[in-house]
Amino acid sequence: MSGPRTPPAVAARHPNLRRALGPMAPALLLLTVFFAGPIGWTFYAAFTDSALTGPGAADTMFVGFDNFTQLFSDPRFWDSVLLTVVFVFFSAIVGQNLLGLFLALVMRGRARAARGAVGAIVVAAWVIPEIVAGYVWFAFLSDDGTLNSLLRGLGLEGTSWLVMTPMLAVILANVWRGTAFSMLVYSAALSEVPTDLLEAASVDGAGPLRRLWHIVLPLIKRTMVSNLMLVTLQTLSLFTLIFVMTAGGPGTKSQTLPLYMYEQAFKLFQIGYGTAVALVLLSIGAVAGLVYVRVLKVEV
Amino acid sequence: MKKLAACLAVAAIAATACGEGSGNGSDDRTVKVVHLDFGGGDPTADWLQRAKKQYEKENPGKTVKLQPITGGVEDYYGQVARMQQSPSTAPDVVLEDSSTIEADAQAGHLLPLDDRLKQWKDWDRFEDAAKTATRAQDGKTYGVLMASDVRALWYNKKLLKDAGVTIPWKPESWGEVLDAARAVKDKGAADVVPLNIYASKAAGEGTSMQGFEMLLYGTGDTLYDEQAKKWVPKSKGFDDALAFYDTVFSEQLGPSPQQALSGELPNTVNEKMLPEGGLAIALDGSWLPRAWEGDGWPEWQDTMGIAPMPTQDGQEPGATSMSGGFSLAIGKKSGNPDGGWDFLTTALDKANTAWVNTRGNLTTVREDVAASAGYAERNASVAPLTELLKVTHFRPALPDYPKVSAEIQAAVESVATGQSEPDEAAETYRKNVTAIVGADQVK
Repeated sequence: MSGPRTPPAVAARHPNLRRALGPMAPALLLLTVFFAGPIGWTFYAAFTDSALTGPGAADTMFVGFDNFTQLFSDPRFWDSVLLTVVFVFFSAIVGQNLLGLFLALVMRGRARAARGAVGAIVVAAWVIPEIVAGYVWFAFLSDDGTLNSLLRGLGLEGTSWLVMTPMLAVILANVWRGTAFSMLVYSAALSEVPTDLLEAASVDGAGPLRRLWHIVLPLIKRTMVSNLMLVTLQTLSLFTLIFVMTAGGPGTKSQTLPLYMYEQAFKLFQIGYGTAVALVLLSIGAVAGLVYVRVLKVEV
Repeated sequence: MKKLAACLAVAAIAATACGEGSGNGSDDRTVKVVHLDFGGGDPTADWLQRAKKQYEKENPGKTVKLQPITGGVEDYYGQVARMQQSPSTAPDVVLEDSSTIEADAQAGHLLPLDDRLKQWKDWDRFEDAAKTATRAQDGKTYGVLMASDVRALWYNKKLLKDAGVTIPWKPESWGEVLDAARAVKDKGAADVVPLNIYASKAAGEGTSMQGFEMLLYGTGDTLYDEQAKKWVPKSKGFDDALAFYDTVFSEQLGPSPQQALSGELPNTVNEKMLPEGGLAIALDGSWLPRAWEGDGWPEWQDTMGIAPMPTQDGQEPGATSMSGGFSLAIGKKSGNPDGGWDFLTTALDKANTAWVNTRGNLTTVREDVAASAGYAERNASVAPLTELLKVTHFRPALPDYPKVSAEIQAAVESVATGQSEPDEAAETYRKNVTAIVGADQVK
């Protein structure tokens, strides 16, 4: 704790820093080369007409804000933004986050066997690779898939779920896959809530909802913010699951920003334009993070 | 500090290793050839193997390194474009789609071949259309075409006959194509798809070329006005072609929505639906028989018929087709262009060209191969398909074409899935294409 003194030089304030820098140098170097490097390059490329083929590939030129002007006047970009917001809101904020909290609450204080069974099932969805999860859902929802077979068994008519309800399909798949993460985070937080507080409240006549609202939630508020932030950022950049299930289609009905970015950069080879989309995606993530910190008014 | 130095050294070595690991160490003893492995009985890989053996025998001590890339055509373009970025990965010889030559020439990925072609006696054997196909707007030639292809209607004689359609079938307008499909839907088995026309972004260029452009170029309108040197972002033909798609999919004459949107559909049509009698009419490429012959379905000649795709109302010349073709080109950053050229001329000499054209059921672009014994007689499809070269069209070979093509695919898919009406999709296309090529580049 430095206190309210005049701030001396960083190295002087932390005499160990210089000595620590030596062993840290390789790690710092690697981080600079492989992490800061690409990010810096993205910033640069977003303001050029860099392309994999065509005139932009021969002499890449600095084009100022052209990519962004073009981006913001492209209705498909705004459609993608809207789809991304819908996807993040329903699959991450509502789906994963609330369902995870609910599962964690329900599992608290249950018998160990029940907890283990539910936990294993939920976590299994989380540990399988994303591409496998995508394929599992594709196989479940496709025309000749499990769901339609089940419906036919019940005498009902199925439909082409991935074509008729693409957003619902990818949202469900992402909730299914990501809930385990939120559940684990909340389970850990709930175990820190002192039981004597809850018992005291219930002696005072507080029902379960009241105890949740007035005791549990305020105590795990910080965890909630961290969790919301993590699932939002994870979901914002989600690519594989959607790509495998619908590839952004039909048409552009499930084309969120990462898929739009992929199409521009790697199918149409417009690297400059694609990186501009990446920067926008990055800023949306940053804004979302700020909003969480502000709205919930807690320090993280 | 010793430790630090060691770590840095390790990092440096790792970085160099990364740089060279994917490189080829191109020298004048090795020729690196990058090509697409199409799969599905395509003979390209075997053809290059043959050429490799011959080249290595004729040039002792030199080797050819073949680097096949598997996947879709669009993935291949992207991979090659990335390899072309640096001398350590750039190919010496590359299998290059003639439609990407303009873009890659402008990008500085390809070496002009004019001086070498002047000295190559075989070059006179190539048809003029083939020479034009690999010439960029700067007047230089960047590749040598290995073959061309055409597109037409493949139909199952039995399924059409059962539906009451006269065989041999020769539709004279779009209306007659649709009537035959309706007849199959009404009178045929329930699990038979009457007509396939590619309609998805996933099928990529297949949707643009085998599908939409086969319609558009039969209306009298085009994508690009060669005289005025301007794109045509809006035309009646464009609207009518989208309306054709609307009819096919709203009357359920085509494959199911999920099938239509699958990137696997081209293979499914070729290897499953047509051989198993699950599809009556397919608007598709001339290469289909190579999979059938490879998969042991020699009877396809009795089952399948070929009809030229008619123009919209039967207007002159009565039929239409689209053509493209792959060529061999030399990378500009190649470390061994002379070896590359020697390999190119070996692979594209008369004997090897004849071999790959025959095996792939491709339309040859060499006069001497066309006249050679065994070329025309090999199967029943050669004569009618070769006939189509008289009415065929080429895509505008411009750097913006891939982006325009992506807009076509988006427009077609949105109509086929019912996401938008044809006139809405046409308006979106007009707006987007105008934005892509620039307002001064459209009519």
